Amino acid sequence: MPKKNQDILNLIPDPSQIESLKEVILANAVMCGEIPSPTFEEGQRLVFMRDRFTEAGMEHVSVDEKDNVAAILPGSSGERRILLSANLDTIHYAGADHAMTLGPDSITGRGICENSLGLGVLSSLPFVLERLGVQLKSDLLLVGTSQSIGVGNLGGIRFFLDNYPNEIDFGICLRAAQLGRLSYASLGMLRGEVQIEVPETYDWKRLPEGSAIIILNRLITQLQAIPLPSNPVTTINLGSVFAGNTFGMAAPTASLRFEVRSEEEDRTEWIEDQIQEIVEELAAENEVKVSLKVVARRNRGGISFSHPLVKTTRTVIESLGVRQIIAPSTGELCALIDKEIPAVTVGLTQGEHLHDRNETIKISPIYQGVAQLIGLLRAIDGGFCDE
Amino acid sequence: MSKIEKWLETNTFHYSEFWDILALVREKEKKGLTLSLCIPTLNEEKTIGKEIVIFRSELMERYPLFDEIAVIDSGSTDQTREVAKSFGADVYLASDILPEEGDKRGKGENLWKAIHQLRGDIICYVDADIKNIHPRFAYGLIAPLIYNDTIQYVKAFYDRPLAFSQGIRPSGGGRVTEILVRPLFSLFFPELTALIQPLSGEYAVRREVLEKVPFPIGYGVETSHILDVYNEYGLDAFGQTDLDQRVHRNQTTLALGKMSFGILQTFLRRMHAFGMFDKLPELETVYRQFQVQESRYEQVTFDIVEEERRPMIEVPAYREKFYGKK
Repeated sequence: MPKKNQDILNLIPDPSQIESLKEVILANAVMCGEIPSPTFEEGQRLVFMRDRFTEAGMEHVSVDEKDNVAAILPGSSGERRILLSANLDTIHYAGADHAMTLGPDSITGRGICENSLGLGVLSSLPFVLERLGVQLKSDLLLVGTSQSIGVGNLGGIRFFLDNYPNEIDFGICLRAAQLGRLSYASLGMLRGEVQIEVPETYDWKRLPEGSAIIILNRLITQLQAIPLPSNPVTTINLGSVFAGNTFGMAAPTASLRFEVRSEEEDRTEWIEDQIQEIVEELAAENEVKVSLKVVARRNRGGISFSHPLVKTTRTVIESLGVRQIIAPSTGELCALIDKEIPAVTVGLTQGEHLHDRNETIKISPIYQGVAQLIGLLRAIDGGFCDE
Repeated sequence: MSKIEKWLETNTFHYSEFWDILALVREKEKKGLTLSLCIPTLNEEKTIGKEIVIFRSELMERYPLFDEIAVIDSGSTDQTREVAKSFGADVYLASDILPEEGDKRGKGENLWKAIHQLRGDIICYVDADIKNIHPRFAYGLIAPLIYNDTIQYVKAFYDRPLAFSQGIRPSGGGRVTEILVRPLFSLFFPELTALIQPLSGEYAVRREVLEKVPFPIGYGVETSHILDVYNEYGLDAFGQTDLDQRVHRNQTTLALGKMSFGILQTFLRRMHAFGMFDKLPELETVYRQFQVQESRYEQVTFDIVEEERRPMIEVPAYREKFYGKK
């Protein structure tokens, strides 16, 4: 093993040291996760995070006008500034049961995977570093970001990065799952919704053409006919449909939510143009209202596979003995990439049933996940990731 | 101001008054107190892990308020003891404690044996089936005992709905409290009606009180504690803390019937012990319930006089009409 790699591995704490602090990490993840936090309604959860940052004695604890919560854990010299982020918002509506259940080696509950564990680790980090006796030279900028997912379109982190006055040298985005994950690039991505409305004055004797579901069916058929290159990989995912009200009435409205992803520069824009043409054609041919609304976009980009930050992260992940999962991101990493900040997204444990009511994570891999994070922070702090 | 009103003013708290846990820890250390948290369990594997993790993290690791967190188990057949142990609780099987005293099955048995097993000057009992567990369930009960030396026994009550449209709203306990216990207290121990939820399973008590009172092992344990402590120390020994909302399993009416039967046994036994059977007091006619105005708890009293009519056969006009004689 090259000496540099061995030096990096020496920076990773023994996971058993993290295990001895598990109560604080798990309690933060669970208490944070039991506070409902749908996108645009992150207020209560950010108060929890703000209080944790304040109690940890962090500096410049603040909540901005987009409801991001941020604080600085100052390093001994502040020669580098490392941003760590986890999103505050979830897909679950406020009235849903957010109670968590702890088993001997698992936590189950809405949003624990996406992304209460990330927040739990973020809020526990000052405590963990103190207990491990880790003193970094770099300043750590911890940020709980609002409006990240779905129609939030990374509004929180983009606002924070646009308005944070100082330079940020590196970024690490925390996700609960999967341990071994490494993202260092973002895909081109576009999320959209097509709405179909049949006017009240429609001639209903023309059934079944009068049903918005029939128009939706034509839309889906035409979307599937759009030619997609298999290399560079490009996909159109049909995510969800809503249509109609009951058995005996033609559906007056229908909608489709979809996501386009592509590894190719400008491919998503080309597909957007294709979809727009289909939408206009359907509206004209069927005398109904059809509209396309783009709710989120990501630019393709990222650092290279050979960037020292990527190499170091791979070295750290390999030492965990888990399978590396290298995948592009559509999350907060994209906002950091847009600002040309070298950044990665890492996973903290194993999880399943993502976005379901029974989202579940395993507890024991968290100790490795947090050890990985601290190893990576110390490596960045020690200059191993500088270009 | 009546004694009950005064007591409500001075001895009823809201947990948010004690938000400064660091100050609480300092006061505890200044007074040299040792604190124990006891969770009695029977097949609670779904909720026990979360309770232990949250209490250990918030009230031992981050703020060293409790000196021990213990689970006293009645012999669960699920993973309760394993889960509790894996998250760092001291776990005891009730039957292993004081084996020479025998082994009885019931929550009261666990609470009683905890006095022998745990070392705290104050023991805080918290049920294991709380879905929305939060550190307030423990520090909210301990704090009045730390700050006020005259208070011996602090009960939890749960209130403050998230939304209420009018200025005044009714308050009170669960079905058994409102249908059985409050009417009994109103009749025989009117001052005890000041306790908003006398049957709540969460309370904190000083050792010197716990070691002197008997423990029914079943449903009557809370009722008997209240009557015994009241008989010995009076109303001023009690405090009560509003812990906001508590989410837990709802019991069926049939289960509440069994509970009421147990409580009634305990109540009547206490009346007998206090010598009240032979010389029943003048029956009260004032019934006391609660309402809340802003954050103030007020008793609402109703004069309910249950007048009786004699049997119709004793009425002369009736006898004359149907039997032809006066």
